[in-house]
Amino acid sequence: MIEARKLRKVYGRTVAVDGIDFQVKPGHVTGFLGPNGAGKSTTMRMILGLDLPTSGTVTVDGRRYQGTVWPLHEVGALLDARAMHPGRSAYNHLWALAAANGIARRRVAEVLDQVGLTSVARKRVGGFSLGMSQRLGIAGALLGDPGTLLFDEPVNGLDPDGILWIRTLMRSLAAEGRTVLVSSHLMSEMALTADHLLVIGRGRLLADTPLAELIARKSGERVVVRAADPGRLAADLRVAAARVTTEPDGTLSVLGLESRQIGELAAGRGHVLYQLRDVTVSLEEAYFRLTGESVEFRAPAPVAA
Amino acid sequence: MSAPARTASRTGASLETRFRATARSEWVKFRSVRSGPAVLLSTAVVLLAGAWLICHGYRDGWATMSPAGRASFDPVFMSLRAIEGAQLFVGALGVITVTGEYTSGLIRGTFIATPQRAQVIALKAVIFAAVVWAWCTLLSFAAFFLGQAALSSPAKHVAIGAPGVLTAVFGGGLYLTAVGLLGLFTGVLLRRTTGALAALFGILLVLPEALGLLPGTLSQHLAEFLPDNGGEEIFHLLHGGLHGGEYTLGPWPGFAVDAAWVAAAAAAAFVLVRRRDA
Repeated sequence: MIEARKLRKVYGRTVAVDGIDFQVKPGHVTGFLGPNGAGKSTTMRMILGLDLPTSGTVTVDGRRYQGTVWPLHEVGALLDARAMHPGRSAYNHLWALAAANGIARRRVAEVLDQVGLTSVARKRVGGFSLGMSQRLGIAGALLGDPGTLLFDEPVNGLDPDGILWIRTLMRSLAAEGRTVLVSSHLMSEMALTADHLLVIGRGRLLADTPLAELIARKSGERVVVRAADPGRLAADLRVAAARVTTEPDGTLSVLGLESRQIGELAAGRGHVLYQLRDVTVSLEEAYFRLTGESVEFRAPAPVAA
Repeated sequence: MSAPARTASRTGASLETRFRATARSEWVKFRSVRSGPAVLLSTAVVLLAGAWLICHGYRDGWATMSPAGRASFDPVFMSLRAIEGAQLFVGALGVITVTGEYTSGLIRGTFIATPQRAQVIALKAVIFAAVVWAWCTLLSFAAFFLGQAALSSPAKHVAIGAPGVLTAVFGGGLYLTAVGLLGLFTGVLLRRTTGALAALFGILLVLPEALGLLPGTLSQHLAEFLPDNGGEEIFHLLHGGLHGGEYTLGPWPGFAVDAAWVAAAAAAAFVLVRRRDA
């Protein structure tokens, strides 16, 4: 379990993390979602004792990371897959990490096997593709068989096979009862991987919610209707204070009335309906509604011609 | 979670096992990249070729040398003089041992595995110093014997058992180790290879020249307290007025100046590495 209390980090004049509170619980994949520059990596570095909080605290299993004697047995982390000495072999990279925490050599061979790098173990990591480096970084995170795992943008630069592999791995780690925190700016990825979401924007926590709940809460606002006479139905709906837009194919998109109300209204006025359905918001839409105000570097909206 | 590895090493969490684990990790890192052996081999070439060429030159010119020149000729220093070039290799190795980890970002992985940052730097320095000291002391002896053989008769040469000689020859290895450590701690302070190399070479090469521009004897007195000039006293056989009358500290006080620079850099490095965000 990771627990942050009033966690705040200021670099010069920039407030990177602005007093956030959260808990990351075991047994789930928790997605840490936010645009670039939102404070995800800073928070992860503070969890790992690399950056010191300006104020507030963050603990893993109730302890500050800096006070841990053998941290790799508690926490495994993948921050930057390229953060390796290019001249060192994959095996020696992991052996140096293992040795620092009293982990046996045979464990190095095990994790290399687990991530599928056994055949290139003696090759220098400078020649590795990004995907191979990601796998090696994950092997390093798994070395100490830790109860808590942190992955910062783990699918960046991976091919579809690699993405599927990481997704499956994270889900199985969580299923074993571990605490898994995964950061990403890719909503589609989070939608497939995470059970729970922490949404962060401009250093503030915008949502701390189960994924399904977030989508459900933002859904059901818009209803799509296809009718035999869309023009007349649209007029009737507008009388009932709904906002209606008509698509080129005659489909109506209705805001302000629930599908049940629309159905009742249509029956009362004798409309023939072909279709009546709630629009399920994608995570992407839910996310944009949350972070709309908090994107740090936003491109100006295109000007209509 | 389930693996036995987790419980096995957590039980022995004494300070000693923690130190041993950090030392082993740093040793694995030191020996698993090629830059170390490559630089140490270059150091050997510079020191041995330098000893042979410099001493041969003096033997050939001995007949035409003035009596004063002969009196102030220091056969030990001349056989070890290539240290002035080799120190750049050893100092640079000290720098890149640390900055290689910072610039690649690996330092984060290191501090995630070992949050005891001062311990990481301390043991990195100890392992570096042990390797460099052993190798450079060996080379210092080799350069001494090679140089004395090249001088032979008629030029002035000395035996290893002569008074002060052993100190000077051991001093060659000690001096290079000190320069290497100065590079290593400068690397911790500045974190970037180019900046740290510039700072180190500035202290070793530029500062003595710059001080020479000061008027009168002031420059001479100050110059003795630079790591370069002070430290080099230890691999001279002749001191004070005997070799041009420049420096008067003598071998061990001179080396103490060098050690003080290293200690100051180390102290600053230990304070900063704990305070800074990694």
